[in-house]
Amino acid sequence: MSPLVAGLLQVGILLTALAVVYRPLGDHMARVFSAQGHLRVERAIYRFARINPDAEQKWSTYAYGVLGFSFVSIVFLYVLQRVQSVLPWNFDRGNVSEGMAFNTAISFVANTNWQSYVPEAVMGHTVQMVGLTVQNFVSAAVGLAVAVALVRGFVRHQTDRLGNFWVDLVRGTIRILLPIAFIGAIVLIAFGVTMSLKSGVDVDGQVVANAPVASQEVIKELGTNGGGVLNANSAHPFENPNEWTNLIEIFLILVIPVSLTRTFGRLVGNPKQGHVLLGVMGVIWTAMLAVIWTAEANGIRPLEGKELRFGIPGSAIFADATTGTSTGAVNSLHDSYTGLGGGATLLNMLFGEMTPGGVGTGLYSILVMAIIAMFLAGLMVGRTPEYLGKKLGRKEVTAAAVSILAMPTVLLIGAGIAAILPSTQGALNNPGEHGLSEILYAYASASNNNGSAFAGITVTNDWFQSSLGLCMLFGRFVPIVAVLALAGSLAAQKKVPVTAGTLPTTGPLFATLLTGSIVLVAALTFVPALALGPIAEALL
Amino acid sequence: MNNFLKQSWAGLRILLALTVLLGVLYPLSVWGISRIPGLHANAEATGTTLVAVAREGDQYFVPRPSAATLPASGGSNKSEINEDYTKVVAERRTEIARREGVPENEVPQDAVTASASGLDPHISPEYAALQVPRVARASGLSVEEVRELVASATHGTFTTTVNVTALNRAIDSAS
Repeated sequence: MSPLVAGLLQVGILLTALAVVYRPLGDHMARVFSAQGHLRVERAIYRFARINPDAEQKWSTYAYGVLGFSFVSIVFLYVLQRVQSVLPWNFDRGNVSEGMAFNTAISFVANTNWQSYVPEAVMGHTVQMVGLTVQNFVSAAVGLAVAVALVRGFVRHQTDRLGNFWVDLVRGTIRILLPIAFIGAIVLIAFGVTMSLKSGVDVDGQVVANAPVASQEVIKELGTNGGGVLNANSAHPFENPNEWTNLIEIFLILVIPVSLTRTFGRLVGNPKQGHVLLGVMGVIWTAMLAVIWTAEANGIRPLEGKELRFGIPGSAIFADATTGTSTGAVNSLHDSYTGLGGGATLLNMLFGEMTPGGVGTGLYSILVMAIIAMFLAGLMVGRTPEYLGKKLGRKEVTAAAVSILAMPTVLLIGAGIAAILPSTQGALNNPGEHGLSEILYAYASASNNNGSAFAGITVTNDWFQSSLGLCMLFGRFVPIVAVLALAGSLAAQKKVPVTAGTLPTTGPLFATLLTGSIVLVAALTFVPALALGPIAEALL
Repeated sequence: MNNFLKQSWAGLRILLALTVLLGVLYPLSVWGISRIPGLHANAEATGTTLVAVAREGDQYFVPRPSAATLPASGGSNKSEINEDYTKVVAERRTEIARREGVPENEVPQDAVTASASGLDPHISPEYAALQVPRVARASGLSVEEVRELVASATHGTFTTTVNVTALNRAIDSAS
């Protein structure tokens, strides 16, 4: 089979599978977040936490819930790593160093899952299961909760209540992520992914590290997390043994972000509102796939950093999926990509992770961008913009702007300082333009909570550990607070009736406007930096 | 601030409850299920052919170059504009051409580039064919026998590849 046919076949299988689950999963998620009753296990958790699940919260309390939960999660994960030497199944992997533990704690709580560590040498099975796996679930559930709160802001009228964060968090975990992960883990094991409590396995006289891979692998993809159980991530044959697991993992990465557009359509009472978002996501995602695939197929050393079983199409599809969502798992090394191909994976993140974006984060990010797009359209025709029956006034547009600007601000400040620090030169793995790309990619990945890397760069010094940690923190929580404030002010409004002057948001005009806004905002912000890195390299 | 502390306190309790569920019960249940006989070998990677490590001796097929430091996995992360690495790749090509007694332009890409995991179990059918005469010579098997072993280690739905680990073990049993 020629690589072109093989690649198109894989894309076809992937899209078919996504199309099949789009409605049932999207509708299921809509029901989960609107249902009245609680499951028995949920009631037990609420009782243990002493919270009233039927008490709805204002946006500020909802936001304090997100921040408080994330804060204790960071502390818990930090402490767990720092006492690893006394935990079982540590295989003499001692306490994780302060800088690394700080960075990793923020990273997994912020759904980034950036890895400055080599898991086989640093993380024992207990930290992986009790610490990292848990955050793989709950950080994704936090994203879902925030997205749902924003949608409620559009749906509800003249109320200051957005729902209950704890209920949304627990339901997203127990009714959506856990069942899919459990079944997915067993499927992966059946296809050859490992699940071992031993430290390694003998292969022809040499020891290759092993781990409880499957249980973490599945939620790593499903929750758009991306932190590898093993250093080579989804390129490692124990994490991703063959062409079929590769497709399953790509499917898991995309399935929730894609289906959430259906959930959104259902919740706002018009599935077409979701279809148009999905269309925009799909157009950009497909265009980026074409760029990555073509660039890699025409590289000088196309197989460097790629696994033969995936070939170029299987690597390119994964790379597009992992950077177009905020996943960051990799099945090939983006650092060894061509200037154009690697630049495209970088640009995918710089779009702000909304094509289709991470679990929950993708939906709320594209809704924020829709507000910006409607605002721009409103400026052009001199009319107060509206979206989904809500007026977009000063408060709403300010919150949207803060949410959009957080990522480029921390990214460019961090990368700018890193580029002039003398210590950075020694941290790079490649010379010239590509070295700058390594720096840019690191800060883009951290600030967008992606977690993939041009991984040749060594990020273990205190500057990188702390600055990237802070980028992940601000890149995650500034937009979340802004989005919840936005949701609060939308929910407080009356519904604006549709008139002849209302711009319809289900048609091609709106889709074009939204696509243009995503591309333009990224281009205006990042072209100067990209010109010195990947663009210069591609033109060499 | 008061509200933040109050929510953090609730958050801590939720985190502990979810940690028991997701960090202990969930992975151990998956592990328990992986003990089912049909799944057990996959889960433990016993006798696995999923990964390849280079083996000593001319009677074995050589896997792709590896940048991994075992037991950990990993790749080179070298870009194509890295001139130092271009030299390394050129040296690999010269070395392989000498070892197999073929012109340098017959050495395929996968033979000179490091995989992402450093454990890639596969080589291309072209690289396998290149190694057949040497392996036959050193193992005492006939070229025809070695070709048959290569054929039975050749698989793939979308990309056709040769599993070096399975192939080298087959050579062990045959010679």
